[in-house]
Amino acid sequence: MNKKTRNFILNAIALAALVAFLAWAPANLDRYRLRIINLIAINAILGLSLNLIYGMTGMFSLGHAGFMAIGAYVSALLILTAEQKTAMWILEPIMPWLLPLHTPFIVSLIAAGLVAAFFGLLIALPVLRLGGDYLGIATLGFAEIIRILIVNLTPVTNGSLGLKGIPAHTDLWMSYGCLFVVLIFMIRLMKSNFGNVLRAVRDDEIAARTMGINTFRTRVLAFTIGSFGGGLGGALMGNLITAIDPKMFMITQTYSLLMIVVVGGLGSITGSIIGAVLITTMLEWLRIVENPLTIGSFHIPGIPGMRMVIFSVLLILVIIFRREGIMGTREFSWDWFFPKEKNDKKGKREISAKEGGDVR
Amino acid sequence: MTLNMFVQHTVNALGLGSLYGLIAIGYTMVYGILRLINFAHGDIFMLGAYFVFFTTIQFKLPWELGVAIAILGATICGLLVDRIAYRPLRSAPRISALISAIGVSFFLENLATVVFTGMPRAVVQPPWLMRPILLGEVRLVPLGIMVPVISFVLVALLLWIVYKTKPGLAMRSISFDIETTRLMGVSVDKIIALTFALGSALAALAGIMWALRYPRVEPFMGVFPGFKAFIAAVFGGIGSIPGAMVGGVILGFVEIMSIAFFPTLSGYKDAFAFILLIIILLVRPTGLMGEKLEEKI
Repeated sequence: MNKKTRNFILNAIALAALVAFLAWAPANLDRYRLRIINLIAINAILGLSLNLIYGMTGMFSLGHAGFMAIGAYVSALLILTAEQKTAMWILEPIMPWLLPLHTPFIVSLIAAGLVAAFFGLLIALPVLRLGGDYLGIATLGFAEIIRILIVNLTPVTNGSLGLKGIPAHTDLWMSYGCLFVVLIFMIRLMKSNFGNVLRAVRDDEIAARTMGINTFRTRVLAFTIGSFGGGLGGALMGNLITAIDPKMFMITQTYSLLMIVVVGGLGSITGSIIGAVLITTMLEWLRIVENPLTIGSFHIPGIPGMRMVIFSVLLILVIIFRREGIMGTREFSWDWFFPKEKNDKKGKREISAKEGGDVR
Repeated sequence: MTLNMFVQHTVNALGLGSLYGLIAIGYTMVYGILRLINFAHGDIFMLGAYFVFFTTIQFKLPWELGVAIAILGATICGLLVDRIAYRPLRSAPRISALISAIGVSFFLENLATVVFTGMPRAVVQPPWLMRPILLGEVRLVPLGIMVPVISFVLVALLLWIVYKTKPGLAMRSISFDIETTRLMGVSVDKIIALTFALGSALAALAGIMWALRYPRVEPFMGVFPGFKAFIAAVFGGIGSIPGAMVGGVILGFVEIMSIAFFPTLSGYKDAFAFILLIIILLVRPTGLMGEKLEEKI
C-alpha cells in the first residue's frame, strides 16, 4: 500500500470517528461540556485565522478581538427578529433600516465574515505599511476603536447593554462543520504557491521583494482572509453564548487567542488546533480554583481572578522554556506512527525542508 | 469658550499630558534599548498607585515616607519583571519577549485583583494639595501646578543622567549596538536593569500623582494610561526622552481640548489617542523626534 492510500484511509477513519463523536455527544454529555467542546472548535477557527496573519505571514496583529466583535454584531443584527430588536433597544431606538434585516444563520455567518474582512482590508491598506511592533499597536488601537464605537453607537449596537436572546444556532455540527471548512481551506492554502509566498514574506521580506513578490499585496490579502476568520469565529461565538456585549471583545480576548497560537506553535496548523484544545479546556478547568473548595474538613474560599494569575504564569513559563510552542512550525503527519522506510529519500528531503523554516 | 475656561483646560491638559509623558519615558527607554514594548509598564504605574494607597491610608504613614516606599516598591517590581520575564529571553526572537510582556501585564493585573480585590478604592487627597488658589477667575489647586513642574524637573534630571553620566553613556551605547557594548566591557544586564529601575520609578510616581488627581485606585487602572503613554512615546519618536514628554503633552491637549470643545464626543475619549496614533504612523512613521529608519539589506 503506498503512502497516499494509507493516509487517505487513516484520514477517513479519523473523520468518521469525529462524526460519530459529534453524533453521540449531544445526547450523552451535559450542556456545560457541550459548550466547551463547541468553544474548542470556535477557538480553533479563531486561532487558525490569527495564525494565518501572525504565524504564517509574520504580521504581529493584536486586533482580532475587533474582528470578532464586528462578526458577532453583524450576525446578531441579521438574526434577531424585528420584534426582538424593538424590544431590546431601550436607551435609544434602533435605526429603522436595521429592523427588517432578517436572514438565515448561514447567511449571517458569511455576512459576518465578509464585513469583518472588509474592515480588515480597510485597516490593512494604511496600517500594513508599518512593520513589527508598530503594526501590533496599531491593530490593537483599531480593535479598541471598534469596541468604543460599539459602546457609543447605541442606535446600531444597543451600546454597553449588548444584545441578548440571540438564538443558539451554533451546535456541534455547525461549529465543527465550520472548523472543517476552515481547516481544509488552510491546508490547501498553505500547500499552494500562495502559502510559499506567505512563508517567504515572513522569513525575509526584503528577499521576497527582490524575488519579485508584491509583499504589500500578499500581506493585505492574508490579513483580509484572517479577518474573515475572526468575524466568522465571533459570529459563531455570539450564537453559542446567545448574548454579546462590548466587554466580551476587550484586548484580553485577543491575548487568549494569541496564547492559543503561541502555545501551539506559530505557523503550525496542527499547533493551533492543539493550542485551542489545551487553552480552552485549561481555562475552564482552572475555574476550579475560583470556586470554593472543600477537601475533607479543609475549606478553601474561592478566589476571583486566581484563574488568570495561574494562566498568565503558565504562559510566561511556556514562552521562557519552550519558546517555539508545542509544535514549532511542524505539522501533524501519519508518518509519526509508522517506522521510517529505508531509502525513502523523498521523505527525508521533505523533513529537512520543514526543519529549515523557523519562525522569527 | 471664555479665556478663563481656556486657561483652566490648558492647566488640566498640561497636568494630564505630563503624566502621560512620565509613563512614556519608561516605554521609550526600554524600547530604545531592547526594542521591546514593555506591556507591563502600565501595571507598574498601577502598583505605584496601590502602594501609596496602602502606605498612607491603610498604614497611616506620613505622605513623604509613603511616597518614597511606594516608588521603591514599584521599582523593585520593575526590576523583578526584567529579571524573571525578560532577561531569559534576551537572545530569543523579539516576539517571544513581547508575548512574555503581555503575560506579565496579565499576571500583574490579575494578581492585583486577587490581592487587593477588584473593587476600586478611594484615595484620600491631602487637603493642602487641593486648597484652591484663585488667579482672577481661574481656580488652580497646588496639585495641578505641582504635577507638571515635578514632571519637567524629573525629565531634566533624567536627561542629565542619560547624557552626562557614565551609565547614561552605556545606555545610549546599548541602544546602538548591544553586542559591541558588551565587548567593550560594559555590564549590559546591569545597565538594562538600571533602565528598568528609572522607568519604573517614574511610572510609579506618575501612578501616585494620577491617584491623587483622580482619587481612586483599581487593578486595571494602568491599562489605558499605559496604552496612551506608549502612543505618546511613538508620537514623540520612540527612543527619544524629550520626544516622549512632548508626545505626552500633545496627547494630553488633544484629549482634554477635544472633550472641552466637543462635549458630545466624550464617550469616544479613549479612541482619540488611537486614531491619532494611526494617523501619525502614516504621516511620520518614526514620530516627531524619531530618527529616520533605513532598510537594512
